[in-house]
Amino acid sequence: MSILVAKEVTKRFGGLNALSRIDLDVKEKTIHSIIGPNGAGKTTFFNCVTGFYTPEEGEILLDNKNITGLSPDRVTHRGVSRTYQNIRLFKNMTSVENILVGMHPHLKSGLIGSILRDRRTVEEEKTSVEEAKRLLQFVGLRGKGDMMAMNLPYGAQRRLEIARALGSKPKLLLLDEPTAGMNPSETQEMVHFIRRLRDELEITILLIEHQMRVVMSISELITVLDFGEKIAEGSPAQIQKNARVIEAYLGRGAASGLGQNEASTAAAT
Amino acid sequence: MRTPTTQSPWKQAIQTGLIAGAVAVLLSLVGMVAAFKARYIISGVFTMGQVLFLAPILMMTYFMIRRISPQPTRTVLISGLLAGLAGGVVLAALILLGSIIDLQAMFINASPELYRLLAFGQSMVPGLVILLVVCMIMGVLAGAIFIIPSRLRASIIQALLWITLVGLLRDLILTVTNRWGPVGRLVKALFAPSGLTIVGALIVFILIAGIYYWRMGQPARQSSAFQLGGSSTQKPLVRWLTIGGIILLLLLLPPILGIFFSDILDTVFMYILMGLGLNIVVGFAGLLDLGYVAFFAIGAYTMGVLTSPELNANPMTYWQALPFAMIACVVSGVILGLPVLKMRGDYLAIVTLGFGEIVRLLALSDWLRPWFGGSQGIQLIAQPRFGNFVLNTQQELYYLFLIGVGIVAFVAWRLRDSRMGRTWMALREDEDVAIAMGINHVATKLMAFATGALFSGIAGTIFAAKLQSVYPHSMNFLVSINVLSLIIIGGMGSIPGVFVGALVLMGSPELLREFAEFRYLVYGALLMAMMLTRPEGLWPDARRRLELHEEEIAAKARAEVETAAMGSTK
Repeated sequence: MSILVAKEVTKRFGGLNALSRIDLDVKEKTIHSIIGPNGAGKTTFFNCVTGFYTPEEGEILLDNKNITGLSPDRVTHRGVSRTYQNIRLFKNMTSVENILVGMHPHLKSGLIGSILRDRRTVEEEKTSVEEAKRLLQFVGLRGKGDMMAMNLPYGAQRRLEIARALGSKPKLLLLDEPTAGMNPSETQEMVHFIRRLRDELEITILLIEHQMRVVMSISELITVLDFGEKIAEGSPAQIQKNARVIEAYLGRGAASGLGQNEASTAAAT
Repeated sequence: MRTPTTQSPWKQAIQTGLIAGAVAVLLSLVGMVAAFKARYIISGVFTMGQVLFLAPILMMTYFMIRRISPQPTRTVLISGLLAGLAGGVVLAALILLGSIIDLQAMFINASPELYRLLAFGQSMVPGLVILLVVCMIMGVLAGAIFIIPSRLRASIIQALLWITLVGLLRDLILTVTNRWGPVGRLVKALFAPSGLTIVGALIVFILIAGIYYWRMGQPARQSSAFQLGGSSTQKPLVRWLTIGGIILLLLLLPPILGIFFSDILDTVFMYILMGLGLNIVVGFAGLLDLGYVAFFAIGAYTMGVLTSPELNANPMTYWQALPFAMIACVVSGVILGLPVLKMRGDYLAIVTLGFGEIVRLLALSDWLRPWFGGSQGIQLIAQPRFGNFVLNTQQELYYLFLIGVGIVAFVAWRLRDSRMGRTWMALREDEDVAIAMGINHVATKLMAFATGALFSGIAGTIFAAKLQSVYPHSMNFLVSINVLSLIIIGGMGSIPGVFVGALVLMGSPELLREFAEFRYLVYGALLMAMMLTRPEGLWPDARRRLELHEEEIAAKARAEVETAAMGSTK
């Protein structure tokens, strides 16, 4: 059963085809990775799915319903949630408040209720704060609820961002380089944590990732983009052997040392 | 951020003295010293004019000494002396220069009279000597104050500041206290025809110094205010008593203070109403609105059009027109909001600025004169009445403002702590991400604009009822700027900050009337000093305070833990 289907999605910026005719099929409760050299169009694809960009051509279906061209807040209401490559928390709000904002689609209290503080509003506020604290505990930030987001250490900020994304109870979670800037042990923890998201919360995960070790160890399916085109798709083992993938990384490797290293590890393993 | 100085104390002292002298010369040349030559602070002892040219030397020397500390006592005193001397030399140089060439061609205030004042009424040579000696005494005094123990020192400094303030504001204080019968006569006995009597000054000194000295002996309790929602630790009874006391005081203020101050309070409250509204737009939602006066105008004009028999065959009463005025404001808030949804920051500011001007010009235009009265404005606007009782004096309208402020502040506070408030905050922090969290930015922004417009409109209706007339000229850009300034001075996003900001920004020009034509000079200097020393505002939102003073608070908390630990080991 597919949760997200992209059909021939094309996104142009002026004359540049940031995405050309991308097909993608994300199966329910899988961890699906998108990899590719810098500028391959991975984040652009995320932005198309979440509604920040409207693709020029093609369709995006969530649960077989068309979500192409919906505004970002509507897409979130349909059950898609995301994190960002460079952490974008609400810095001057506490951890709990950050998550409460994430839970926005499920909260009902209105203006009048807020002013009069009727029972329903108070009740809802209480349960949502409890829920937020539960989420904090789930991501391992128990007791950090009243801290300003900007005062959390880097790794904690990453996890808080995921907790905030979980607040909207998504079916599909898009993670944009969740291990960026992490040391090996933190990365290992994050890999473990992403697995838990899928196993315990049964959320489908679409992942952009640069560290090959991470990608190869947790993905069920990998899609490789290069210059806005899909050049390969398959299981980790298949991708590692794919000639076009190795060429995409190694062939242009001279320009990007990072890509070269990763690709060579990919080729070696 | 105080970097340890490597310069020698002597060099610093002379530098400070020269700068202080320059400040004193500046105050002399703008005419402030001469203007206050006859205003005694303590009758027969010293005048405000003398304070103006000696206080810079005293104060700057004190701060210089604090900066270079710790130093041995002898160094402190001598550097004070040096600084005073340097300051005196600058002033003396002005007198000498003025006696050689005619400075009055350039500086209209550089008159022989000024020189006589600076020389303490003496002729040239003895006058200069006295000036230098007095300046040196000031410098040494600054040093001496610094040497004494801090608790005593702070008390003395506070008492001196209070004496200056009380002496300066003699007339204002007496207008209030004269209404108090026997207590008033007692207060009046402290004052001479100009400034305080010597005995009065002594009493003020002992009173203020005593209070400060006693208070500094009390254990500090303020640290809890640094936490988010820190006041919850108070006992409920104490809290309710405090709230009740404040409400009682607010209710009794007009009869206690009299007409003059009630009028000032009316203005302050009007700005509090507007400030609470703009605080939602700018402070909570982060939408910079420079045309905020537009909604004030729409509220006032709707009230005018609906209730004035001049323009309307069937004029309504105040209470009948109020809901219409409120609706008009909400609608206009949405109308302004719609075209600016996609704009951020500077662009938004410019468009809202334009909106404010459009509204003012429409009210002024001849084209709409039949409806809005053009430059003549609208007269005969209805005053609010309860049965046969009409609210028409400043003191009675005070209560209307009070009720308005009470309701609006309550609503603003509830909104801030609600889902709506969080949504505004998220939008302010990062609009894209807020939208990605499922927030409908159109509805959220429009809600902020509409709520802000509503609050401002309510202020407008009371304003119209108070003056019984509205003119396009009262709706100028300066009102928007004042409201924005009071929010910044009080502390962005803070509700109590709006109150403090309005009180300072709107109240102080009235108090500063004593400074006559120098009022706005002093006012500007005060605002600058305030923003330099407290950039987060006078009463910042708890989270803003955390933002700007995180380290200090953490250090304070650590220190508290340590002292507690030490206490327990004893």
